[in-house]
Amino acid sequence: MSVEPAPSAVDAPSAAATGTGAPSGSTRRRLPLTGLTALAVLILLAAVPLFVAPFQTSMLARMLIFALLAVSLDLLVGVTGLPSLGHAAYFGVGAYTAGLVAKYWTAAAPVPLLAAVGVAAFAATATGWLAVRSHGVFFLMLTLAIGELIQQLAESWSGVTGGDNGLSGIPAVEVAGQPLTLVGYVYWYVLVFAVLGFAMIWAVSRSPFGAALRGIRDNEPRMRSLGYSPFRYKLAGFVIAGAVAGLAGGLLASQQFALVTPADLGFTTSALALLAVAVGGAGSLWGPAIGAALVVLIRDVYGPDLDGHGTLVLGAVFIVAVYLLRNGIAGLATTRFRRRGPPPSDAAPPPDPTQGATGAPVSGGFRQNRQDGRQAGESSQRLDSDDPSSDPPNPGVKRS
Amino acid sequence: MSALLELRGVGRSFGALKAVDGVDLDIESGARHALIGPNGAGKSTLFRLISGEMAVTSGTVTLSGDEVTKLSQVRRARRGLAQTMQHSSLFLTQTAAQNVALAAQRHRGSARWLLPRRQRDVDDRVTDLLDAVGLSERAQVPVSSLSHGERRQLEIAVALACEPRLLLMDEPAAGMSLAESGRLTELVLALPRDITVIIVEHDLDVVFALAERVTVLHLGQVLLTGSPDEVRGSAAVQEAYLGSSTRGELFAPAASTPHSPQGRPKANVSTQGRPESSLGDAS
Repeated sequence: MSVEPAPSAVDAPSAAATGTGAPSGSTRRRLPLTGLTALAVLILLAAVPLFVAPFQTSMLARMLIFALLAVSLDLLVGVTGLPSLGHAAYFGVGAYTAGLVAKYWTAAAPVPLLAAVGVAAFAATATGWLAVRSHGVFFLMLTLAIGELIQQLAESWSGVTGGDNGLSGIPAVEVAGQPLTLVGYVYWYVLVFAVLGFAMIWAVSRSPFGAALRGIRDNEPRMRSLGYSPFRYKLAGFVIAGAVAGLAGGLLASQQFALVTPADLGFTTSALALLAVAVGGAGSLWGPAIGAALVVLIRDVYGPDLDGHGTLVLGAVFIVAVYLLRNGIAGLATTRFRRRGPPPSDAAPPPDPTQGATGAPVSGGFRQNRQDGRQAGESSQRLDSDDPSSDPPNPGVKRS
Repeated sequence: MSALLELRGVGRSFGALKAVDGVDLDIESGARHALIGPNGAGKSTLFRLISGEMAVTSGTVTLSGDEVTKLSQVRRARRGLAQTMQHSSLFLTQTAAQNVALAAQRHRGSARWLLPRRQRDVDDRVTDLLDAVGLSERAQVPVSSLSHGERRQLEIAVALACEPRLLLMDEPAAGMSLAESGRLTELVLALPRDITVIIVEHDLDVVFALAERVTVLHLGQVLLTGSPDEVRGSAAVQEAYLGSSTRGELFAPAASTPHSPQGRPKANVSTQGRPESSLGDAS
């Protein structure tokens, strides 16, 4: 009984996975079984409360929630190329909003969640408007600062948020006037909305809008010359990601005996989400969901057995992922599916930057995709092949 | 004939350096116009001023009667100004078809659509354009696996997908083989006349094959605008080009064979490793 949750736990977020269909790098062909796999995993996930003990079920619900946070972050990191260190802020804003709405107004089913999504989207708009103007490290620092600010706000506004003690006494969510007190029902409630959230992110990433986001990730100046305003697209992506993170937060607050603390919107949560994205494989959407499950598994399930050294194991996992799996867990899976031959360990070493014909597209948000400066045999028929300003990346072309 | 693009006193300075200095230029609608000039003449800067990538410090830019001086690059692109870049500037992780689709969906489809959808007219357009530039076989290949020449062809398809009225081409033949640049010439010649083309090119064979009007820039100013024959015959143009060549040699005394075209790339190579090459570059 107690053995069972682990494997199914890892399966859990791959529902998201399969929901997300073909990875966003999108030169890969869609696996023919994707739809079926999605359905199978979904059924498996839905059946979990029927077979698994309540404690493990609620652990699985936590994984789903954290997976949803990681997937929403992946829309920023992997698809748009905006690595954020403050994404938990919107998660926390959603959690507090849902908690407060349920506590002081109504706990009737979708209301706290809708409020969470709305307020998180608003917060993302207000802060993203500033943040998405910056690039690279500045974006990282700015989102970190925003996250810290919001955490400070949660800590010091104790009349509303309960301060350091957190927001407690949130009533159980009510469906059709009946409070959901059984763990299994709460789990289903979380599952339904988590799948909705995954589907939303997946749809956005596969839409024409999502293609534009990937274009911005790959080459922002070129997008401008095509008539796209990167600012607007990035802001919209930021708000969508924030709204879904808010949904995940709302789900957190709808769990039984929920307690929302400032730690939920702090740096640690943001960093863990980013870790989940990196380990799972940025840009694939389903990879980060698995990564999130792994993170929760290590920190909350095995962590207590390790005398609280769970974070240490997480660090080791991160290092292994960075060195051995350049595209995370998702990279592993796609490599294995695409070229049957080599075992995953063969696929692990970093792809040759010059990229072979089938080289898995590099879609990591951490590695900014650089423009290819190497241009084969420039300057053959030129009048002025000694023009120094015209081709800086290629100063050494030698013709004799 | 009305001018599609009018530049009046357009200038851009970087500190004390006037990279482009009071350029007046009229490009007729449907024209095939080339910009040439020796190194540092300000061709690329002028290009950026037209595309809006860089703001002018003086003068006005007018696009089909509307002043666009203050408009951003994005806005100008929306008004039918497309460009191909000097260095292939594409979306490397995506396939050729996706690259073109990205441009096409902005101008034809619904780039803001948040749900997956089949954009039939975008797909058709992508097929047509890849066909036109001769890349239909390579549609599903990631750009990172395309050859240099193929990337330049793709650049053109991407630019055409913006449905431009004015197409700016920055050294489209750079790095192309003779066969490839011949193909490029055909491609540009085959463009419909409702697309006006401005081309900056070093390969004078390409320039004289394509352009009906040629503007020669020198030290940020217009030296001459005329037909290809006028430009070929102009003593001032000869001097501008050769002058820059001899000046380059002032800074690299080791270089030999001053007027032989074969000699100059060699001279370039010989200055690569030398400390004084930075002086040469500064010219």
